[in-house]
Amino acid sequence: MAPLLEVEDLRVEFGRGPETASVLNGVSYHVDEGETLAVLGESGSGKSVTAQTVMGILDLPPGRITGGAVRFRGEELLGADPERRRLLRGESMAMIFQDALSALNPVYTVGFQIAEQFRFRRGLSRRDATARAVEMLDQVRIPNAKQRVKEYPHQFSGGMRQRAMIAMSLALDPELLIADEPTTALDVTVQAQIMDLLDELRRERGMGLVLITHDLGVVAEVADRIAVMYAGRVVEHADAATLYARPGHPYTRGLMDSVPRVDDVAGAPLRPIPGLPPSLAAIPDGCPFHPRCAHAVDRCVTEVPALRELGGDHQAACHFAERFVAEGTDRPTTHEVVSG
Amino acid sequence: MTSPILSVRDLVKHFPITRGVLFRRTIGHVRAVDGVSLDLHPGETLGVVGESGCGKSTLAQVLMRLIPPTGGTATFEGEDLFAKKGAALTAWRRDMQIVLQDPYTSLNPRKTVGDIVGEPFDIHPEVAPKGDRQRRVQELLEVVGLNPEHIRRYPHQFSGGQRQRIGIARALALRPKVIVCDEPVSALDVSIQAQVLNLLGDLQREFGLAYLFIAHDLGVVRHLCDRVAVMYLGSIVESGSAEDIYRRASHPYTQALLSSVPVPDPSLRGRREAIRLSGDVPSPADPPSGCRFRTRCPKARPVCAEEPPALEVRAATDHPAACHFAEPPHLVRSE
Amino acid sequence: MTELATSPAAADEAPAVEETRGLWVDGWADLRRRPRFWIAAALILVLLLMALAPSLFTSVDPAVGELSRSRQPPGDGAIFGYDLQGRDVYARTIYGAAPSLAVGFLATLGTMVIGSLAGLLAGYSQGWADSLLSRIGEVFAGLPFVLGGIVILTSLNEPGEIVGAQELVFQVVLTIVVLTWPVAMRIMRAAAIETAQQDYVKAARALGAGPFRIVLRHILPNTLAPVLVYGAIQFGVFIGAEATLSFLGIGLRDPVVSWGVMIAEAKDRVQDIPWALFFPAGFLVVTVLAFVMMGDAVRDALDPRGR
Repeated sequence: MAPLLEVEDLRVEFGRGPETASVLNGVSYHVDEGETLAVLGESGSGKSVTAQTVMGILDLPPGRITGGAVRFRGEELLGADPERRRLLRGESMAMIFQDALSALNPVYTVGFQIAEQFRFRRGLSRRDATARAVEMLDQVRIPNAKQRVKEYPHQFSGGMRQRAMIAMSLALDPELLIADEPTTALDVTVQAQIMDLLDELRRERGMGLVLITHDLGVVAEVADRIAVMYAGRVVEHADAATLYARPGHPYTRGLMDSVPRVDDVAGAPLRPIPGLPPSLAAIPDGCPFHPRCAHAVDRCVTEVPALRELGGDHQAACHFAERFVAEGTDRPTTHEVVSG
Repeated sequence: MTSPILSVRDLVKHFPITRGVLFRRTIGHVRAVDGVSLDLHPGETLGVVGESGCGKSTLAQVLMRLIPPTGGTATFEGEDLFAKKGAALTAWRRDMQIVLQDPYTSLNPRKTVGDIVGEPFDIHPEVAPKGDRQRRVQELLEVVGLNPEHIRRYPHQFSGGQRQRIGIARALALRPKVIVCDEPVSALDVSIQAQVLNLLGDLQREFGLAYLFIAHDLGVVRHLCDRVAVMYLGSIVESGSAEDIYRRASHPYTQALLSSVPVPDPSLRGRREAIRLSGDVPSPADPPSGCRFRTRCPKARPVCAEEPPALEVRAATDHPAACHFAEPPHLVRSE
Repeated sequence: MTELATSPAAADEAPAVEETRGLWVDGWADLRRRPRFWIAAALILVLLLMALAPSLFTSVDPAVGELSRSRQPPGDGAIFGYDLQGRDVYARTIYGAAPSLAVGFLATLGTMVIGSLAGLLAGYSQGWADSLLSRIGEVFAGLPFVLGGIVILTSLNEPGEIVGAQELVFQVVLTIVVLTWPVAMRIMRAAAIETAQQDYVKAARALGAGPFRIVLRHILPNTLAPVLVYGAIQFGVFIGAEATLSFLGIGLRDPVVSWGVMIAEAKDRVQDIPWALFFPAGFLVVTVLAFVMMGDAVRDALDPRGR
């Protein structure tokens, strides 16, 4: 059976002429029903552009899709009838964003905005639609939902707003939810609540979840599989346990070594990745990561590494991936001290 | 222990909430900082952690004399900080500098990097003779890991991490003794964040700086700080050495905070204790009676509503915590 | 306060870098590369020359009218034709440049300087100075322009009183400035409030920078753009406002000739003698365009992000 969502060799450019920025350079990933795929990457890696292309909300122009395919249950979406794509949005696939305040219209009540979907896409009456909106707010664990449907977005706290956004995006029961940095703007105690909620909803509804984030911690707690993006490519893909224990790409490894952890032993040094991510208008030849890579050799400068199969469902785009996988990670943490 | 370079006692900052256009009247107060005491020793890093709205940034601004305090005292090298005026205030500013959070708004977009890093010398001409300034600026750029030839570039020509380095060079120019770092890496990507954190660590060793390091990211604080103070709704709820806080947190808020921080290790999934706080932080304009954390606290009992707990060492703990029922946590559940 | 640790090599053979230059020097270097700036500058130069030395362009007296030549279309002798009273439209357009430009330039300068200063003061100080200036501004902005103009100009001059050209230009400029500065102030105030909240202002204060330094080095350069754009557009509007006052008989009047006066005179006879309207209006449009282009180029040159 075809996966729920399949992105294949997706290529997107911005601008023209010598200023052309190659934002996506062959991105492939897939998500099945009921699983969480985390797309991990730093700013400029193309993780959000991929999601916007999948949803069909990327601004074209300035963006330009130059190749690849996006299939939802086997149905090709790129080049599909815009009306068909509009129907799919909300009904089959939905998206939530980092900034829930700007994603909600400040002049309508939260309840009205959720009810709107039931009214216009399901043809429910105002009364029934509002009742369904209350149900939705209940489902995202907003206390006192009956009262809060009548409130405006500014009366909601940051966490409550993100819950309302989730309620709105799940109103029409989509099979796929794309969450673009859903907790980045939130405090850590609220982030934990929202991540728990997303995980529960995914399980209850059996929906596929694409979690786009830069936070290695969040990924480790919820992802089934992880795609690591760098300079518009998926440079590594694996299940969560494998990726963290035996990363095959030096970039993935570098990320793990540079993130400060609460369970680090005192005085453990951070090992940052030197240099800066490349400008997307001038991606280096060969492996895009080679200027920052401590292990780069001549071959890395000339030859673009293909995704190498590393056993299981693990691939990494590095000529020497097998070597790095064998090495594993060696960071001491207090959790190991305690439980090991 | 050496005597503290910066000593703060019962610091209070309330912002009036006003209504009316022609005749403003005060209808309430936001208690942004409500009785904070702390000591910063030369050469050490004191972390102040808390979630948004806990007052940590206001604390930084009051201590930098950017906004006046409502009450409390602060001394810098034994002198009353809030009494400084005129020339004494200007001279003191050489000793205490700030690095701000947002590298995109903290640099004047219409000034060159040379002007930005050289501005401290314009304001304090006694520090560097005029002919020497360009050399000083270039040295500073080099110290923070930037190309000294780039002094004629403008901020927009640099990435976020490089801009933060420019901000650090500006703060470093007058060779201060204390630098207040207000969320200096929270706007940066992970791989860049680590570079800047290591830079801050190197500079501290090289110049013997003391940092007052304000952040919401507990992992970042873990890395840089010798001592940590945890803030909630304008007050410090727990303070101690980094080990005290990270290994033996005894205030329920600190414990919840630590357990909420996701750890980048899937093998710990389901093995860490998950304390989930319900609801949101109450408004600092109308904080709860007694213990301010009681509305979200899993341990709250009637006494918490009546009696505000003092920040002190209790029977079960070895460092100060503002909780009637402070006790060390159960660590990770072993398999 | 001695050496900052640095590799000795870098200190010795300090790279050959020029002195750091400021916004204005860099801005001027950038301006010189913009064709828009040179076109606008050339146009403005010609217009200035016209205003200062009209006799270089024509030897005809703009005030002399021969009724026999009334309404003659452009052709022999007068390339722009003659108006209703048989006066040479070309000569009048040339001589009209001086008062028009003077009114436009001085009024723009006046509103921008007064408005910007008031706006900076209000926006930076906030507090009572802000309240006071904002309320005063509202009083002036609330006056309808025509009504305000009548009140000011008739109280300055007795009806029928003969006023010299220079004094009249000055009075018209004064009227315009008094009635329009609050708009410039509001623009500047909004920009100053926004800029004053930026972190780089905070950083400068933490360094011990005084209010003058903060306003001049940090706030003003970052608030100039919207006021410049406003000024460039208002330039044309002010020349038009002068025409309105002239039309009401309280602004510039014979023998002073301005484009506004000419347009006001000609506008009722557009079908009859279109050239009498077309030429002064055309000059006005080109002038406004030149200043808008200039304002635009200066704004872009002062924004390092656009380079």
